[in-house]
Amino acid sequence: MAAGATVFALTLAACGSSDNASDDPTDASKPAENAEPVTLTVATFNNFGYTDALLQEYMDLNPNVTVVSNVAATSNDARTNYFAKLGAGGLADIEAIEVDWLPEVMQYTDFLADLSDPEVEGRWLDWKTAAATDPDGRLIAYGTDIGPEAVCYDAALFEEAGLPTDPAEVASLLEGGWDTYFEVGQDFADASDKAWFDGAGGTYQGMINQVEAAYEDPETGEIVATTNPEVKAIFDQLTAVTPEISAHLSQWSDDWFAGLATGEFATMLCPGWMLGVIKGAAPDTTTWNVADVFPGGGGNWGGSYLTVPAAGDNVEAAKDLANWLTAPEQQLKALAAAGTFPSQNVALEDEAALNEAMAAGEEPTNAVYFNSDTLGTTFSNRANAISVSPFKGEFYFQVNDAMQNALTRVEDGSQDPTTSWNQFVSEVEAIG
Amino acid sequence: MSTTSAPQDGGSQGAVRQRQTKLTWRQRRGQWDVKYSPYLYIAPFFIVFGITGLFPILYTAYISLQDWDLVRNTGEFIGFDQFAWVLQDREFWIALRNTFSIFLLSSVPQLVAATFIAAMLDANLRAKTFWRMGVLLPYVVAPVAVALIFSNMFGDKFGLINTVLGDLGIDPILWHTDIIPSHFAIATMVNFRWTGYNALILLAAMQAIPRDLYEAAAIDGARTVRRFFSITIPQIRPTMIFVIITATIGGLQIFDEPRMYDAFGLGGANRQWLTITMYLYNTGWGDFNFGRAAAVAWLLFLIIISITLLNNFLTRKFVADDATAVKKVKKQALKGSAKGGK
Repeated sequence: MAAGATVFALTLAACGSSDNASDDPTDASKPAENAEPVTLTVATFNNFGYTDALLQEYMDLNPNVTVVSNVAATSNDARTNYFAKLGAGGLADIEAIEVDWLPEVMQYTDFLADLSDPEVEGRWLDWKTAAATDPDGRLIAYGTDIGPEAVCYDAALFEEAGLPTDPAEVASLLEGGWDTYFEVGQDFADASDKAWFDGAGGTYQGMINQVEAAYEDPETGEIVATTNPEVKAIFDQLTAVTPEISAHLSQWSDDWFAGLATGEFATMLCPGWMLGVIKGAAPDTTTWNVADVFPGGGGNWGGSYLTVPAAGDNVEAAKDLANWLTAPEQQLKALAAAGTFPSQNVALEDEAALNEAMAAGEEPTNAVYFNSDTLGTTFSNRANAISVSPFKGEFYFQVNDAMQNALTRVEDGSQDPTTSWNQFVSEVEAIG
Repeated sequence: MSTTSAPQDGGSQGAVRQRQTKLTWRQRRGQWDVKYSPYLYIAPFFIVFGITGLFPILYTAYISLQDWDLVRNTGEFIGFDQFAWVLQDREFWIALRNTFSIFLLSSVPQLVAATFIAAMLDANLRAKTFWRMGVLLPYVVAPVAVALIFSNMFGDKFGLINTVLGDLGIDPILWHTDIIPSHFAIATMVNFRWTGYNALILLAAMQAIPRDLYEAAAIDGARTVRRFFSITIPQIRPTMIFVIITATIGGLQIFDEPRMYDAFGLGGANRQWLTITMYLYNTGWGDFNFGRAAAVAWLLFLIIISITLLNNFLTRKFVADDATAVKKVKKQALKGSAKGGK
């Protein structure tokens, strides 16, 4: 499919005259009837909210441009495809990447077009842009969404356990650090036969994303995960509380989805894009709410970027399209379509538009499902609360996997915390 | 091709020519035709194999000696370090253990069941085609779909099997935590998919057995079981060897089912169901360490070759070939007739 589209694009480009595409006035804002026809492929994964209607809108603005969209099922598929073709050629004109593999992409910035442009300066949150800027100051990716985290909770289970159910009250109940979150969890578990949170893995993700440099030394790139006291402290704290208050469900497993549907646990850390996951897994429930709070301040989980491979045939035209797609107006449309929370300052400041976007889209909309008209405000607050942009180096992926496994081994009862930690240490020592 | 080889043969042909009468051009061309054409006819396969099969194998060997960067397509020669690293890696040996465990749990029952099913299908059945198509049906289902359905059944907490066990008052089995249950679950998926396929291949072989062998045995008083072991099994021996070898190769390369067994596809928190091909894939596409992945690929290649040779040896030893089988049957028939004569 992707190959076919690329061949198609190549053929079209070959049919055109030898004029360089960069000479064409393919500015996103004004139609350019006289420009050479170009076909641009946009490769994304999961659901970016780039609906046919949105792409058609761009084609109407730029009659010479045909946009073809390729969607990979998972970000892992996209990652494999990306690195297989980055050097060899054959990528789409615009390729989406996820923040988790951005560190790996940053090693190969010379294969990507420099997207820096006076027009887009100050468009995104600072840390979003900083992460995609290479040491030479080239901006190699435009930010799409971010994953500001809040706490989702099941109001019905809260009520049974005698806890407040109103989002504002829950927010003030959970205000504080992780200690508070786990203490309230202990109270909840004492009063209920359900668990407080889904599993150690997802909770750990929320905690570790608040650590500035968890696994690697930003200066030297050396792996420090096993000696970093912060990592050990999080591991110890989490493994100490999980026997009592965790549902022991490994995130994304069949059991986890089943547990969501049947209400096995009361709270879950939820980035904006998680709303769609919860809604999809538990469509018949009406008691999930979002509290405008996150233990230990703010946290970001996930989010993506658009890159333009430098080897493409229509780099300039692709850059214009990527620019347009990541503009605040379009990002709000993507939010309505897929719940991808914008990383653009202008979009984040406009709370009314954010709330409106959360209330738009397919029935039941996020606003209806989560019983709130102010989800936009909530996540905007959560985004502003993010103060740490964690450093993720070359080995982040592998170390984090090893850590997730270590937590799972404790949760499923196959190892005690000490054994599991020691195995984690030896696994990390083997990396590199 | 013929132009380069012609002068070499010129000497010997010249000698022949002097002894015999002189060959005409047409006759010589005829000789070349007989000699070289067959090679020309089979050449396309070997050329295609050379490009798509042999070259990647050799290129993999080349990459396995390097610290390879896929994106830049360059590497640094480091000799056998990758092999040494893989051989001392704990995960590699766990993967090897798992692969053999899953392979044995799937291949052995699978082949026994396939032979049995094939024998049943070979019998006189109503609506033969229906039953024969039926056994092939699971094979048509995509492995990913099979894995999705089965991993739902084998869920630790809310899976079908554990729910039923719970209703019966039995403790749930931790399909994703304990090693043997996870292997059993994956082997079940493999067996579901491949038993019918192998049964059909064996059935085809059974259909080719001359019926008079059975008739003769029946007249001599051999019962069904005896006929099965003394005629059917020896007669399908070459096919059996083929099926065993393909099952071995497939079993040692098992990937889809264990990868789809949980949400991450990494073989479990303690690598309970990590197989060699998953280890290979994770090294290549997870860590982007292609030099090391190539080394794993070569080790897997060597393992498969040695297991196949061992398998071949054992099968030849334990399953008599048709010549001996026919002799046996004839001997028994002779014995029978001799007895009858008395």
